[in-house]
Amino acid sequence: MALSRENIINLVLALLLLVVPVAASQMGQPFTVTLATRIAVLALAATGLNIALGLGGLVSFGHAVFFGIGGYAAGILASHVFSGEPMMFGFEGSNQMPVIWIFAVIACGLAGLAIGAISLRTSGVYFIMITLAFAQMIYYFAISWPAYGGEDGLSILVRNQFPGINTMLPLSFFLLCYGVLIACIGLFALLRGSRFGAALQAARQNEVRVAAVGISPYGIRLAAFVVSAMMTGLAGALYADLNKFVSPSMLSWHMSGELIVLIILGGTGRLFGPVAGAMLYVIFEFALGGLTERWQFFLGLILLGVVLFARGGLIGLLAGKARHD
Amino acid sequence: MLLEVQDITTFYGSSQALFGVDLSVAEGEVVALMGRNGMGKSTTIKSICNLMPPKSGHIAFAGQATAKLPPHKVARLGLGLVPEGRRCFQNLTVHENLVAAARPGAWTLKRVNDLFPRLDERHAQMARSLSGGEQQMLAIGRALMTNPRLLILDEATEGLAPVIRQDIWRAIRSLKEDGLSILVIDKTLSELLPMADRCVILENGRSVWSGQPQALTSDLQDRYLGI
Repeated sequence: MALSRENIINLVLALLLLVVPVAASQMGQPFTVTLATRIAVLALAATGLNIALGLGGLVSFGHAVFFGIGGYAAGILASHVFSGEPMMFGFEGSNQMPVIWIFAVIACGLAGLAIGAISLRTSGVYFIMITLAFAQMIYYFAISWPAYGGEDGLSILVRNQFPGINTMLPLSFFLLCYGVLIACIGLFALLRGSRFGAALQAARQNEVRVAAVGISPYGIRLAAFVVSAMMTGLAGALYADLNKFVSPSMLSWHMSGELIVLIILGGTGRLFGPVAGAMLYVIFEFALGGLTERWQFFLGLILLGVVLFARGGLIGLLAGKARHD
Repeated sequence: MLLEVQDITTFYGSSQALFGVDLSVAEGEVVALMGRNGMGKSTTIKSICNLMPPKSGHIAFAGQATAKLPPHKVARLGLGLVPEGRRCFQNLTVHENLVAAARPGAWTLKRVNDLFPRLDERHAQMARSLSGGEQQMLAIGRALMTNPRLLILDEATEGLAPVIRQDIWRAIRSLKEDGLSILVIDKTLSELLPMADRCVILENGRSVWSGQPQALTSDLQDRYLGI
């Protein structure tokens, strides 16, 4: 692959996200490492959404469902290990991240299949509303489920473990999240460049023409939605471990909106759009959040500016118009 | 018969566009679908592909009734449509347009590129940046990549420069020589008639004449095709 301007920017972003926390850790600033971890995890969640939204043009306003399910997978499995009560069928839960991730990804895949199968029968504003409706259903279900904390949420007392890595160290945990993020960005690039990705983007442009060449627009979108849900779910599991806490707020529509905002800020459909968006968002939240509680007002202004004057987001601003725009 | 269309009627909402169209294409046959503008040629093709399902009548492709199949399943039976207006996927490259449609068979990327070397030269270019003629080549190439048993060309050369038209006709003739069945709409009778095995003429949404091109006298041409 030639080093186009966008590739150079992507490389710089990837290195920046790696070097800053490593340096901060050396200088004894664990809080910066935690911020970077937050960026990596949110970017991962948004990369998942970017498959549906950026490639497929599916504006899912309910992706927090998958983020939350992933989070609860981590919280619930860990809580059973801690309490010693078996979960079901004698299974005792797990505090091992690989096991948790598999649970999270499978649960989100199934949820994505069910929600997608129904939602994708609609399009446009109805699709947005029906994904939101599903998300709200699960949100209220979590609130009224006392077994796992209900509205108060569920604490993960000790961060879950990963073989060979001390996840208690902020930098180690960051590197783990960073590795997962880069792997998933690689998967995104593979998908985008594949026949599947071409057909998905073709369906976004014109579904009748896609059907005329023998591809089911519904089938291909459903597949994309499921993969998208799985990736966002994996991010949810990491997010729960980052905060050592999971609550219904991970499932709320604010969270769904936040993921969309990240993508729009960074650049819809762009490989590193979610990373750029998450960086902007978290840095903003940190810098302005210290000055005023109303930092989201200023975020709103920036979003307005991006939507009006820089439709390609930060990546579009730096690297020029997307090939696929 | 590869394609059999019997007495179909099709509606746009409440207004009727087809009032009884009969049409058939045999294996290896080239059939020209003719008629003035607005007589129902494109609607017939959309009905065949189930993009506009007919209200009554019967369509079968390779012996299978298409009425209950969604459009993508009809296409998978072996219908390769080149839609009117050279409709490529504008937001994809030439290469992506071709591979997105690919289904296994004799037609591969290489064979399409051999048929239209220009597509090979422009493989990394966005479809929207191609000239009209190149877009038509891409639309035909995309249909061939699905390895169809019947290629349907809706306005094969309309609006193209004369030089490009020659390229397209040459390609269509070579497809005919390969034995591909083709259903083609076009207004250039001088190219169409020597190539067609049979002609079907539509008027006001009805098939009114069908026969060999030699039998299409100038009287008939004046009556049904003249302006």
